[in-house]
Amino acid sequence: MRKFALIAVPYLWLLALFLVPFLIVLKISLSDIALAIPPYVPKWDWATGFGAFFSQLDFENYIFLTEDDLYWKAYLSSFKIAAISTMFTLLIGYPIAYGMARSPEEWRPTLMMLIILPFWTSFLIRVYAWMGILSQEGLLNQFLLWTGIIAAPLTILNTNTAVYIGIVYTYLPFMILPIYAALDRMDGSLIEAAEDLGCSRLMAFWLVTIPLSKNGIIAGSFLVFIPALGEFVIPSLLGGSGTLMIGKVLWEEFFSNRDWPVASAVAVILLLLLIIPIVLFQRNQQKQAEAEQ
Amino acid sequence: MDVPETEFAPWNDADEKPLIRFRNVTKRFGEFVAIDDLSLDIYEQEFFALLGPSGCGKTTMMRMLAGFENPSEGDIELAGQNIVPVPPNKRAVNMMFQSYALFPHLSVWDNIAFGLRRDRLPKAQVQARVEEMLKLTRLERFATRKPHQISGGQRQRVALARSLAKAPKLLLLDEPLGALDKKLRQETQFELMDIQEKTGTTFVIVTHDQEEAMTVASRVAVMDEGRLIQVSTPADLYEWPDNVYVADFIGDVNLIKGRTTASGDERYRIDWIDGQPPLNGVSKTVFSDGQTCHLAIRPEKITISTDKPVDADNAVQGKVLDIAYLGNLSTYHVELASGTVIKAQTSNTRRISRRSFTWEDPVWLSWTATAGVMLAQ
Repeated sequence: MRKFALIAVPYLWLLALFLVPFLIVLKISLSDIALAIPPYVPKWDWATGFGAFFSQLDFENYIFLTEDDLYWKAYLSSFKIAAISTMFTLLIGYPIAYGMARSPEEWRPTLMMLIILPFWTSFLIRVYAWMGILSQEGLLNQFLLWTGIIAAPLTILNTNTAVYIGIVYTYLPFMILPIYAALDRMDGSLIEAAEDLGCSRLMAFWLVTIPLSKNGIIAGSFLVFIPALGEFVIPSLLGGSGTLMIGKVLWEEFFSNRDWPVASAVAVILLLLLIIPIVLFQRNQQKQAEAEQ
Repeated sequence: MDVPETEFAPWNDADEKPLIRFRNVTKRFGEFVAIDDLSLDIYEQEFFALLGPSGCGKTTMMRMLAGFENPSEGDIELAGQNIVPVPPNKRAVNMMFQSYALFPHLSVWDNIAFGLRRDRLPKAQVQARVEEMLKLTRLERFATRKPHQISGGQRQRVALARSLAKAPKLLLLDEPLGALDKKLRQETQFELMDIQEKTGTTFVIVTHDQEEAMTVASRVAVMDEGRLIQVSTPADLYEWPDNVYVADFIGDVNLIKGRTTASGDERYRIDWIDGQPPLNGVSKTVFSDGQTCHLAIRPEKITISTDKPVDADNAVQGKVLDIAYLGNLSTYHVELASGTVIKAQTSNTRRISRRSFTWEDPVWLSWTATAGVMLAQ
């Protein structure tokens, strides 16, 4: 009984904070837009009961999503931006994690602290700081002009490049930490053994270090990819009119168009799309746990 | 067992070329001198043990042979060629790591094949060699398992098979049996010797366990503080230690300090520092009169009796202080009148209830003049 109570806590938590809100959003996505508060019909009415309520729900909004190419283009573009950002995060994060794992023992807590330190400042402020760095008169352009590398300021802010920079910057710790954890666990004599058996340094890295940090790479990639796919703040602050991301579309649908049903449909589809990588991620974690037993 | 000891002794043959040659090798880590101007020859097909307490430099010696460390000064030759500039992956030397360092993401089969594949050998050849190694180490049934799915003893054999697969000129074993329990360790020692004999590979083993070194090695180098203290066969090391350090490090020993007086051809009288009747000893090394000497006598070479033995070269009286019963042997700690404690060992050929001495019994200890070794330092 006590065991049951213990398990019930997280399930109740999930039920109250995930499943119930999801069902509300799902219901709105099946409703019709209306000039009212809240701006949709039908509303639950005790008098008419279930039959009348459900008969008014339909998939009209979902059909609409397939008719306007804005939506699938936004999904596709989000996917592309998330995938490319994840790749860059990996390319930058792996060497940092590797360097941390190879650094002297007494430095590691400090290095770890430096990775986590940015979280002490609000995420929004950090993104605003990037606006200051990347704008036409920003620090980066001033520096490049001063060194004479460029003659005219570059346009970085309000382009996809700025979005990539923002996402890579924001999610880098999520890539570094799981890779670092995997590399830190690795026995250093494995590399020596590989060299002893005829591997060059590079070969030993490719044949031993990479496979043994695979789980860290997969975990880090999902931790970056999943939130990046639905990212809203970074594209709306750093991106331009050409930056198409589903998070932004969703926001505009809700607040500019006040079309809650269509916005809800977009959100439901986004969630369904995210479930695929989340399930893959879970399976990876599970396999890892099994391998360690 | 004793056949190779009499036949195999390349170190006594002046014409024999050593396989490995350390020439005045010094290794410093910052201020710390790990290896101090050390020269050593190791011959082909030897099973050579580096023995010493932790921090004595034995592991550094091995890592220099493998190529993971380079000497600060001096040369290391392998088959006549200086290997100091050769990186570890280009040396005909393989190492079995203390932690085994098996690749956790590869099966037993792939672990053993790892080195062969780096040589870009044809598939069939890799296959044949791996099968051979699996057979040698009796691992055929475990070929498809991952390292975490087999026992410690099996992992040890995988590590051995992997390091032997490339048929190295020299195999290095870093505390190879350290992680095994005592019973398995003893079995594996004989297995190692067997495999060494079958493959004819030169083995260099690093260990802090003197029993292990004595069991497996053709020669043992006793090291301390980066220096070689003595390099000998196990029997010589035990019977003829060069100095007090070795006598004390290998096995159990009684050390009696005294002053020598010549009493005949290679015979000496030894006056105890603490005023017991003088002892008689034999030594090929010359001692001058009045020189300080340590007489080292192994406990099992001392006879214990109730009555004063007649015709004994040396006899002292004392009383039994302690008895350590080890099953097959008993060690008696006998306290002399001066307070010195001497250890004597007897085999328990009779049942314990019938043994002749017990605590507080007055007893005589006796030994021949040749039983002990006279050491100057």
